Amino acid sequence: MNREELEEMARTEREACSRRPRCIRVCTGTGCISAQSDRLAAALRERAAAGGITPDDVLEVGCMGLCACGPLVQTECSGNVYQNVRIEDADELLKAAQGEETSLQRCNTGMPFFTRQKKIVLENAGRIDPERIESYVSNQGYHALLDVLHNLRPAQVIEIITASGLRGRGGAGYPTGLKWATVAKAAGTPKYVICNGDEGDPGAFMDRSVMEDDPHRVLEGMTLGAWAVGASQGIVYVRAEYPRALKRLKTAISRAERHNLLGTNIAGSGFSFSIELRVGAGAFVCGEETALIASIQGGRGTPRPRPPYPAQAGLWNCPTLINNVETWASVPAILRSGSEWYASMGVGKSRGTKVFCLTGAVCNTGLIEVEIGKTLREIVFDIGGGIRGSGTFKAVQTGGPSGGCIPEELLDTPVDYESLRSLGSIMGSGGMIVMDQHSCMVDVARYFMEFCKSESCGKCIPCRAGTAEMALLLRKIAEGLADAADVQRLERLCEMVQETSLCGLGQSAPNPVRSTLRYFRDEVMAHVLEKRCPAGVCPITRQKGEPTHA
Amino acid sequence: MRDLLAVPPPPTEDKRWRIVEAAMRRGAYSPNCLIETLHAVQETFGCLDEASLRFCAGRLRVPLSKVYGVATFYHHFQLKPQGRHTCVVCLGTACYIRNSPRLLKAVTQEFGIEEGQTTEDKNLSLLTARCVGACSLAPVALLDGQTLPGQTPESLIERLKALPAEETKREAEK
Repeated sequence: MNREELEEMARTEREACSRRPRCIRVCTGTGCISAQSDRLAAALRERAAAGGITPDDVLEVGCMGLCACGPLVQTECSGNVYQNVRIEDADELLKAAQGEETSLQRCNTGMPFFTRQKKIVLENAGRIDPERIESYVSNQGYHALLDVLHNLRPAQVIEIITASGLRGRGGAGYPTGLKWATVAKAAGTPKYVICNGDEGDPGAFMDRSVMEDDPHRVLEGMTLGAWAVGASQGIVYVRAEYPRALKRLKTAISRAERHNLLGTNIAGSGFSFSIELRVGAGAFVCGEETALIASIQGGRGTPRPRPPYPAQAGLWNCPTLINNVETWASVPAILRSGSEWYASMGVGKSRGTKVFCLTGAVCNTGLIEVEIGKTLREIVFDIGGGIRGSGTFKAVQTGGPSGGCIPEELLDTPVDYESLRSLGSIMGSGGMIVMDQHSCMVDVARYFMEFCKSESCGKCIPCRAGTAEMALLLRKIAEGLADAADVQRLERLCEMVQETSLCGLGQSAPNPVRSTLRYFRDEVMAHVLEKRCPAGVCPITRQKGEPTHA
Repeated sequence: MRDLLAVPPPPTEDKRWRIVEAAMRRGAYSPNCLIETLHAVQETFGCLDEASLRFCAGRLRVPLSKVYGVATFYHHFQLKPQGRHTCVVCLGTACYIRNSPRLLKAVTQEFGIEEGQTTEDKNLSLLTARCVGACSLAPVALLDGQTLPGQTPESLIERLKALPAEETKREAEK
């Protein structure tokens, strides 16, 4: 497929869309599907003829973001979004699709949840049909790829990515351009490109949404990366828990191959690149790059010491470029609109946008993408709409089991890699869990430590034994059996595990505990000294007033 | 002496072993397609029993210890047969802070099974998940793959009690 054919496909698709002024977009993100939006779409198709529209007018699109109010449905004629639409509302919705008055509940798209976002990675989510390549192409899809293949040298692509300031969105924030340059320079063939879609963080589903809602964006990003570093083979590693993402990616790969946007001699450029899918089997540690490689090679997902980094010796000991789903999905937009445009967003060394999953005790739970550098307060209270019900804000947890809990007084911190790290948390892959006064910080710390303990692969002792010991100590604290010396022991263990573990899992496992001890020490000490749990969550076994053996 | 190069036959006459064979063929019978093969076995037969692990080891020429190691390393693989219905309680962070442990406790008490176990009538298996990625609907449970949003112990127990036993399920499939 050459540029003219691509333009032709986009034009045909846009014309087809303009002939469907009454189309209805039904959100079929995970949230809305659980609220039966797939059955709503089926009901709409069934009744479409009676309502004066065709079944083709009913589109199943990706996540519109505001999962709290699902199912969400958008009508093309008015652009209105309706929320909490039930199957019984199908007839009413068909009326709305033709511009008639309806009694359906309208979603206020003028509220900060929608207006304060900046969508780049998610620009197509909720708009395009993820199963059709034409839909992606008509929204500028694959344009960057064809331009790059015909007009730019690989080194120029890497320069653009470097200048854009894009950093790894999986959590660690390693500069993407630098990583690409290392792989490009590495000796040895073949080279591999891997997309890390093993989203194991509890409380995070960004990558799932990107893969389900806009799979071609990920493939285009990977192909661009492969061109830049000289790789010929790509692998997308997806969790087995995401069957829908797997299906969508499979469809996308076969469509892209059919149109010669993947495979041999892509678009007549002489460049060949193919992508295969690998299914994970559920192990948090496989998010670590060397563990992921071990898993792709058919073994247990255990990490190995670095160096050598995968950029030098990765899959089958060949130079390998691994990036997270969101990082790959950012690439096409950067190459389309330029590095200056991308670098104009963000603060300091953190540029561009980041997708977050806003969940927990906030009103507007859902998927958001914001410019990096917004404050936590703006995200939680303006975009998130504040705490649900009568609750009061207590903490926001970022970075999952590798991050930490941030208290109210630090809410004005901008969300960027360096600022969050200085607070003892991390940006992480993008889970943001808001907690109110009903959550006990000791309980939360214990939850994360239990998680790390069970997910530790067992290869290195500090992580295997350290997380188990820390989990025990936290349990003691939660049960009111700990004394002040236990808290000191816990602090020493935190330091030891952080300093001596082999991979990122162990090195960051103490973060939730350390941040809790740093910002919520009073609450921890209430468990230890007064034998009470202020939030009323922990199963304190000893009554207040009984002597402690400090 | 046993011929170490002989190709082992499938553990049973079941024709579905062809699906597993096909998965191995796609991976050119290379040891690195072990995980794909185990996925195929589990999808086809529901779990990885000892006979199937031995078969995969022989066919892919991977030591049985390694096959067992891989099968037990990943959460997704089940070594015991599952019940007719599977209930997965999500213990992801968002679900946890919205009380999903209470869901787990309720099911445990009501049906007398612990996490990872199956009821005696083989109707229900109880599993937990690290996060099913439906955090904005927390707390959630998955019943036979379908997400149940915003559960309470009462609502979940009600759903589980209403589960059809074997015959009715077959009828529904027809």
